[in-house]
Amino acid sequence: MVECVRAHLGLSICYLLSAICHYPAPSLRLSAIGDWRFPMNEWPLWEIFVRSQNGLSHKHVGSLHAADARMAIDNARDVYARRNEGISIWVVRSADLYASDPADKDTFFDPAKNKIYRHPTFYTVPPEVKHL
Amino acid sequence: MYAQMVTPETNGDEPSPELAEFQARIDAGDTIEARDWMPEDYRKTLIRQISQHAHSEIVGQLPESNWITRAPTLQRKAILLAKVQDEAGHGLYLYGAAETLGVSREQLVADLLAGKAKYSSIFNYPTLNWADIGAIGWLVDGAAIMNQIPLCRCSYGPYARAMIRICKEESFHQRQGFEIMTVMARGTPAQRSMAQDALNRWWWPSLMMFGPPDSQSPHTAESVRWKIKLLTNDQLRQRFIDQTVPQAEYLGLSIPDPDLQWNQETGHHDFGKIDWSEFYNVIKGNGPCNALRLRTRRQAHADGAWVREAANAYARKHVSNGK
Repeated sequence: MVECVRAHLGLSICYLLSAICHYPAPSLRLSAIGDWRFPMNEWPLWEIFVRSQNGLSHKHVGSLHAADARMAIDNARDVYARRNEGISIWVVRSADLYASDPADKDTFFDPAKNKIYRHPTFYTVPPEVKHL
Repeated sequence: MYAQMVTPETNGDEPSPELAEFQARIDAGDTIEARDWMPEDYRKTLIRQISQHAHSEIVGQLPESNWITRAPTLQRKAILLAKVQDEAGHGLYLYGAAETLGVSREQLVADLLAGKAKYSSIFNYPTLNWADIGAIGWLVDGAAIMNQIPLCRCSYGPYARAMIRICKEESFHQRQGFEIMTVMARGTPAQRSMAQDALNRWWWPSLMMFGPPDSQSPHTAESVRWKIKLLTNDQLRQRFIDQTVPQAEYLGLSIPDPDLQWNQETGHHDFGKIDWSEFYNVIKGNGPCNALRLRTRRQAHADGAWVREAANAYARKHVSNGK
């Protein structure tokens, strides 16, 4: 099940909202939450991803509050890349992240557990056969 | 820089299957992540510990920023600015970690400004001369690192990851402090006496940073079991003293403790009695700068209100314009 979360926060309201948005239609979520981006006048939370060098993927480094994407990127540079940690920054509004439910972890990932034939080590290779 | 005086509540949960599984995960060295099940006391203790630590970083900027405009050289000024900027960043990493536990930034900041939240007592002491900036880097950041290195292995993922970033950066802080002390200790007699004076004033408060003795910190055991505290206050304090004494010898400065001496048997330094009444007095709000620190934070928050509002208004306008 895709669950609506305010990022990885264990906010109880998110669990409530996940029930509301059970049939996951992202656009519905917005209307369901209303002005969720500015709760109590607090700047929204953004998740920050930094690519440390070309050839590597962006990696989640943390989060910060910012009024908009531009500010999130600027602040991310000052907060998470003061020492040459990055050459590229992605920011994603935390509210726009969807995550699997850790409580469903066992059943959710269960299908991957009994298919050992997906791994090369499952197969016996005759020692005299090379390059296999 | 660091959190202290964290006294976790006793665990009120009945032993449940979830709790047993939770403890088993921690015992097995697994990391707890934000949305995993966790006992309410674990959550509460962490929120308090992490937010106290975050507040300490923010308030910790104040005694140092006192010297930015009066740093002796342009390079020293640039370095101090970078260090103070780091402290703001550390505060932010930690607030971020606390927020993953379901508390809002706004609430955390409100608690600090209302005087409800604690922060490290050390920042309620004044920075009277330039050598204080050296002493803070050397001793206060040194003590912070001592406390924080083990926390890089703590059981809560977001906290551990914040600690790793912070420890990397604190290392610069400690070295720049020691360098200031080195230059002053080898300078003119006047500079030398300023360095000694700074050590005299910061030594005991630095030892207090590790919190009250284990005998007066009855809840340490639970935090240790949950791996949100990996070494006790006394263990950390002893390590800090053992590490710092030779550094002071190198500087040719004397540590203001007549009872300080190497104990061959224990392999550690014995040291004199810490005046815990001073510590509790500062914690209660009666330190030399408690009122000033709070006033400065409140003023800064009030002065920034229009910026926060303007940024929000700008963002709303662009959202409504569909940009």
